Formats: sequence, C-alpha cells, structure tokens
Amino acid sequence: MKKAWLIALGVIVLIALSGALVFGGAYNNLVTKEEGVNSAWAQVENVYQRRLDLVPNLVETVKGYAAHEKETLQNVVNARAKIGKMDVSSSVINDPVQLAKFQEAQTQMTSALSRLLVVAEQYPDLKASQNFLALQTQLEGTENRITVERKRFNEAAQDFNAFCRRFPNVVVAKFMGFKNKAYFQADQDAKTAPQVKF
Amino acid sequence: MRKYLRSGFPTLLFLFLAVPCLSALEVPKKPDGYVTDRAGILSASAKAGLETVLRAFEEKTSNQIVVATFPSLEGSSLEDFSMRLAEAWKAGQKGRDNGIIFLIFPEDRKMRIEVGYGLEGVLPDALAGQIISGVVAPYFRKGDYSGGILAGTDAILKAAQGEFKGADPTAEWMGRRMKAFWVFFSIFFLMVFGVDFVRYHHYTFQNRLFKKRYNFWEWWGRFAILCAILSICFRVLFYVLLSSRSYGSGGGSGSFGGGFRGGGGGFGGGGASGGW
Repeated sequence: MKKAWLIALGVIVLIALSGALVFGGAYNNLVTKEEGVNSAWAQVENVYQRRLDLVPNLVETVKGYAAHEKETLQNVVNARAKIGKMDVSSSVINDPVQLAKFQEAQTQMTSALSRLLVVAEQYPDLKASQNFLALQTQLEGTENRITVERKRFNEAAQDFNAFCRRFPNVVVAKFMGFKNKAYFQADQDAKTAPQVKF
Repeated sequence: MRKYLRSGFPTLLFLFLAVPCLSALEVPKKPDGYVTDRAGILSASAKAGLETVLRAFEEKTSNQIVVATFPSLEGSSLEDFSMRLAEAWKAGQKGRDNGIIFLIFPEDRKMRIEVGYGLEGVLPDALAGQIISGVVAPYFRKGDYSGGILAGTDAILKAAQGEFKGADPTAEWMGRRMKAFWVFFSIFFLMVFGVDFVRYHHYTFQNRLFKKRYNFWEWWGRFAILCAILSICFRVLFYVLLSSRSYGSGGGSGSFGGGFRGGGGGFGGGGASGGW
C-alpha cells in the first residue's frame, strides 16, 4: 500500500517537473522572440528618426532656392511636428490601432517629402546644388532603410505571433500576458494604382 | 489507365517545366568569387585584377567588397534584389558587418552600391551616390564598363580603408591553438604526475626489500625528461603544421574561383542607387 503511494507521488513529481520544464522552455523562447521583435522595432524607430533628422536640413536647403513654395514646405514641417508629438515607445507594437496611426503619420511624411522633391524638380539651381543632391541621396537611402527595417520587423513579429499560437506556448503566453505584435500594413498609396491625368 | 498515365506523365512534367519562370531575377546562391560577372561586361584582365585587389584588401582590412553584374533586373526592383542578394551572400564579417556590394545591371542602365551596417560611417549614402554619379557613370556612358567598375571599386576601397584593422587570421588561429595546447599540456602533465605517484608507490612496494632504490624525485625526473623531449617534438610538429597551413591558403590564389566566402555581415539598406 505504502509502495503504491510512493509510486503515485513519484509520478506526480515527474509530471510536475516535466510540466515546469515545458513551461520554462516555452517562456524562455517567448522572451527571446519578443526581444527579437523589440530590437527590430528599435531599428524601425532608428531609421524613421534618421529621416526626421534629415528634414530640417532639407527644408532649409529648399527654402534657399524656392522660398515661395511655402505650402509644400509647411506640409513637411507639419508632418514632422505630428510625428514628433507621437508616442513611439515599444507599447506601439502591441496595439494594431496605435501602429496604424504611427504608420499613417509616417506615410504623410513620405508623401510630403516626395511632393517637396517633385517641386524641387522645377528649380534647376536647386537641382544642381551639391548640398541638395547629397540630401536627396541620403533621403533615398533612408527610405530604402525604412523599407528594409519594416520588412524585418514584420518578419520578426510574424515569427513571434506564429510561435505564440502554437500549443504549449499559447498557454504560457496567455498566462504570462504576452501580446500579439502588430504588423506594418502595405501603404495605402501603394494599394491604389497611380492615376494619370491629362 | 496505366498506359495513359505512363504516356501522360512525361507530358505533364514537361508542361510544368515549360511554364515560364514568372518570379523575378533569382539571386545566385553563391558568388563566383569577389567578382561575379554574369553580364560578361568585364575584360578578363580587369576581372583577374579586381579579384586580386579585393582579396588583398580583405586580408588587410577584413572588409569584404564584392562586385556583381547581371544582364538585367528582369523586372524586379533594384533595391529589393540588392537586399536579397546581400542577405544571401552575407559579405562582411559577422559582428562587424563590413561588407560592400557593387551591383551593375547594364541593360537597365542601373547600378547600386549596397553598404553593410558597419561601413555606413565611412561610406555614407551621399558618398556612395557621388561615386556612382561622379566616378562610375562617366565611364559607363562611354561604354567602358571595365574602366568604370575599376574606378568605382577603387573609390570604394579608398573610402573603406582604415575603418577596421583586420585581425591577422593566422595569428588569431595560432593564439587560440596555443591556448588549447597549453591547457591540454598542463592537464596531461598533472595526469602524468598523478599516475607516476601511484606507480612510484607500486615500485617502492615491490622493491621494499632492497635498500638501494630511487627516491620519488629521481624516479620522476627520468619521466620529466621524457616529457620534455615529447613536448618539444609536439611543438615542432605544431609549427610545421601551422606553416604548411598558411602556405596552402596563400599559394592557392588565382587558381580557384570561389575564393570569396561571405563572413555573415549584415546589411540595413544603406548605400545609393543610380543610373547612367
């Protein structure tokens, strides 16, 4: 009789131990993957910040040659101010709505900047200026970096989300309060085909 | 039915193979070397020269610079293809991310300098853009691809010079081996000492009836001399191996095309694109 109890106790201990092992493993993996997402987000923030830092210089340069394009310049400045007011802590990535807002503000910035570049096309002196050329290259490089880092962020988020939904992990994730990560959506501008007006 | 299958299967297979490849330009799994000239725009001498220069540069600074040409982009975007290629080839050392990829697509009249994270400081986008529009494009406009690529690579080399002092891989390897060797040797030594102690007790026990017998240090001294001789032999062997290894890697240049091997460097989309 006593032996049976001992065996039962042993089995329970074994189950508890293996449960703890599975739980711990899943938790550690979740933490690692979440940190991966966080660092990918930090990179995204970095490259967006890089673009913001370029703006004052660009605005100043364009002003020097095309001061009366006030509206276009003002749009860029406004877009920048709007982003500056935003909260971009890593809580953004846990909330699809907030991320969508962030993305929208950045998209406004993108379109304001591209309009500025279109306007600049009309000023040969500006186009020829070394400073403007350098800034333009930097801006292009930054846009490219943004694309790259956004893609990497989405990949990391997708990896985390998929991991979160698999079996033992889903229990741990729910229990420990891990949240699904939001994705960057394809830009609205890219979805609608460009229209050519004559 | 079976007959039908037998005759139908090859046709089906053929159909599958015949479906035109709709996907964009494929990234070759591995570069041909430092220079991957799929477009065939480089002269043989320029290509060989570039290979030598780029290999020497990597040996000196550990920066990996790769030149690749493809006939055309086949409709895919330049930046996208460039990033896929960078992620596949992993130019640059891991942790240093010091790779640069110079891509040329003659039919599209497009080129790009893709700069790894670690070299964005010395080769910022603006400088990469200047190299493209100011150095390379004039040559390309004249149709002189070899000259343009050589001049462009030269400018990139000048920019990337001095960012990293390359660690001498042989010295690194030797340092690691020496450490392992000493650890191994001291463990060996301790073991021998321990075994000897046991053996000495055995010896004294066996010769306990004799008055004259070695004391422990005498006994051990003979063994120590043997060990010293052995260790000298080991070390000679070690250096012979070492020198033969460095000779092998140095002597093989030129003969093998796959001299370049990506070190695992990361890219973040830095660099510049341009046309001519």
